[in-house]
Amino acid sequence: MQVAGSFFFTDPFGEALMVNTTQPTANLAPATAVKAIQDERLREVSLLTKIMRRPELGALAGLVLVTIFFLSTADASMFTLAGIMNILSPASQLGILAIAAALLMIGGEFDLSIGSMVAFTGLVFGGFITLSGWPLLVAIAATFVVAAVLGGINGQMVIRTRLPSFIVTLAFLFILRGLSLVGLKWATGGSTQMRGIGDQAGEGLIRELFSGVAFEGVFSWLAAHDVIAKFPNGTPTVTGVPISIVWFILFALAATWLLLRTRAGNWIFAAGGDANAARNSGVPVDRVKTALFMLTAAAAALVAILTVLDAGSTDARRGFQKEFEAIIAAVIGGCLLTGGYGSAIGAFFGAIIFGMVSIGLTYTRFDSDWFQVFLGAMLLLAVLFNNFIRRKVTGER
Amino acid sequence: MKSFITGLAAAAALTLAVAVPAAAQQNTRIIVVSHGQANDPFWSVVKNGVAAGGQDMKVQVDYRAPETFDMVAMAQLIDAAVNQKPAGLIVSIPDSSALGPSIQKAVAAGIPVISMNSGSDVSKKLGALLHVGQDEIEAGRIAGAKLKELGGKVGLCVNQEVGNVSLDLRCKGFGEGFGGKVTVLPVTNDPADIRAKVKAAVAADASIDTILALGAGTAGEPSVAAVKEAGKTGAIRVATFDMSAGFLKSVASGEAVFAIDQQQYLQGYLPVVFLANYAKYGLMPGGNVPSGPNLITKEKAAQVIDLSAKGIR
Repeated sequence: MQVAGSFFFTDPFGEALMVNTTQPTANLAPATAVKAIQDERLREVSLLTKIMRRPELGALAGLVLVTIFFLSTADASMFTLAGIMNILSPASQLGILAIAAALLMIGGEFDLSIGSMVAFTGLVFGGFITLSGWPLLVAIAATFVVAAVLGGINGQMVIRTRLPSFIVTLAFLFILRGLSLVGLKWATGGSTQMRGIGDQAGEGLIRELFSGVAFEGVFSWLAAHDVIAKFPNGTPTVTGVPISIVWFILFALAATWLLLRTRAGNWIFAAGGDANAARNSGVPVDRVKTALFMLTAAAAALVAILTVLDAGSTDARRGFQKEFEAIIAAVIGGCLLTGGYGSAIGAFFGAIIFGMVSIGLTYTRFDSDWFQVFLGAMLLLAVLFNNFIRRKVTGER
Repeated sequence: MKSFITGLAAAAALTLAVAVPAAAQQNTRIIVVSHGQANDPFWSVVKNGVAAGGQDMKVQVDYRAPETFDMVAMAQLIDAAVNQKPAGLIVSIPDSSALGPSIQKAVAAGIPVISMNSGSDVSKKLGALLHVGQDEIEAGRIAGAKLKELGGKVGLCVNQEVGNVSLDLRCKGFGEGFGGKVTVLPVTNDPADIRAKVKAAVAADASIDTILALGAGTAGEPSVAAVKEAGKTGAIRVATFDMSAGFLKSVASGEAVFAIDQQQYLQGYLPVVFLANYAKYGLMPGGNVPSGPNLITKEKAAQVIDLSAKGIR
């Protein structure tokens, strides 16, 4: 009962019910025990219905639709191994942000500062490496600390002022973007781009965890045995799985586990569904929300570290508009803008849809002037389709 | 449900119809990946040059760019181009650290690469055959020297593409050639924003007598408008990198002093021609091709206006 999560109970009765069911058993035991057997909340549902009612189903269906679209319009090389890695690398960078944004949205808040946070923490990280000359591990840890502090400030401001997080974090969107520019010019003596971070960072295990590709051995073995394609000079077209994809998948798994299998996950759903009801039931709503803001900021820092180490440089425009893309991916993934409902694995698929559309269009013969029109149309189509599927199978709303 | 399925079927039919030209592919295909957004008038001229090159050489050309100035996304677009194994690849290189690995991958894949617009300093090192563009720092120096000659003492450099090293170099070159005090004003590529910021800057510092904008349509025209609104036309000399029909009219009427033409049409056109000839006959010029600078002053402006309106200069 306690670990069942909210999904199996998402019916027309809405979120208040969800909140109740996601509470630890101890808190709501008296309420449910009285009504007992006839209670529809205890009704058995078939496994198929259970699967169909999951919020991420729509995103998966949207992904299938988008894949079909590109299978019929794009160059065949899009769905080769190299092509798929090519789609997954932007998807993974966006996805790390989108999953964190999804958790925060389920918790009932927004963070519009994550795009700027990518630029700012990228600068902070670059500064620790090039100016302070700190070892990589220390620089990474310090960057996460800076991000968590900034996220904590965001969260505390939202909680203490009771202003909508939309407005508070919108202010931080501009502040952090501006600070990135000021900081870059100060750090580099006038340039808007900081280079040489990759060379300064040094080599070693820590570096390999945050840049380059994973499973190189497997891929070179596969290439040597002609399982995967090679360039004319003999190197495989794909030398490994870009490390950001590995982080993306691990983060999606961890977030899903957190949401569905832990008390903290129940608290997140409860805080976003009805903060007052949650507070009355003993959920530390403020702490949950602050922690979620810190998590989104840390996710932005992770993306910053991954991209800065891979690119070897950072500039004032990094992460531009990523906050919107992340929220779009979370919504495609089934999160409600009102909070209390959604999933991390849905945001995972949402980010892949986004990556596929943004890279996929370059494999088609459409003129690039139409790019944004297509991007918007495909996303709208994916969301509509997602929404349609969800309504059909769950009968909700 | 039924109407939805009908809709889906219609969508499928539509995608199939669109897919037909993809099937009828010519074998010589050249892909251009630039950092210039399609809504930037400067880059639409490059794109016109690319299209004309494709038409003249009877090769298929595709022009790609990220929606915002985003180096990570641009590297991914280059990877996508490499996967499609084109007969040639044309790239601009505003950030060699971020784009270098992807360009080297293209070279490793045996795809001939030409760089254009930005990146003349790293082009050879990354394995590009040659570079078609303008030496930014030198062009900045030439412009700065000319503005000094016109009597300028305190300068403002309006940068609308913050994060692009080539533009930083232009401001630096301007400072060196100009000799006087130069402040850099960072702006977005939104004309209304630029106009407001330039107006504020000249109001805040009355000693500013020279403005160098780093793009004509994006930063130059709003700068001229801002100076006009501030009532300082003539007192403040406005010049710009690159050209647009509107800015050239200002040059012709004396509201602005000159535009620096890097002849970006050629940066789109020439690489396509070179790569097409390379694919056909293995021919390739022996070194970098400077496409500019060419200072367009009042005397030359009128004749250039026509072509600028057509998207060629």
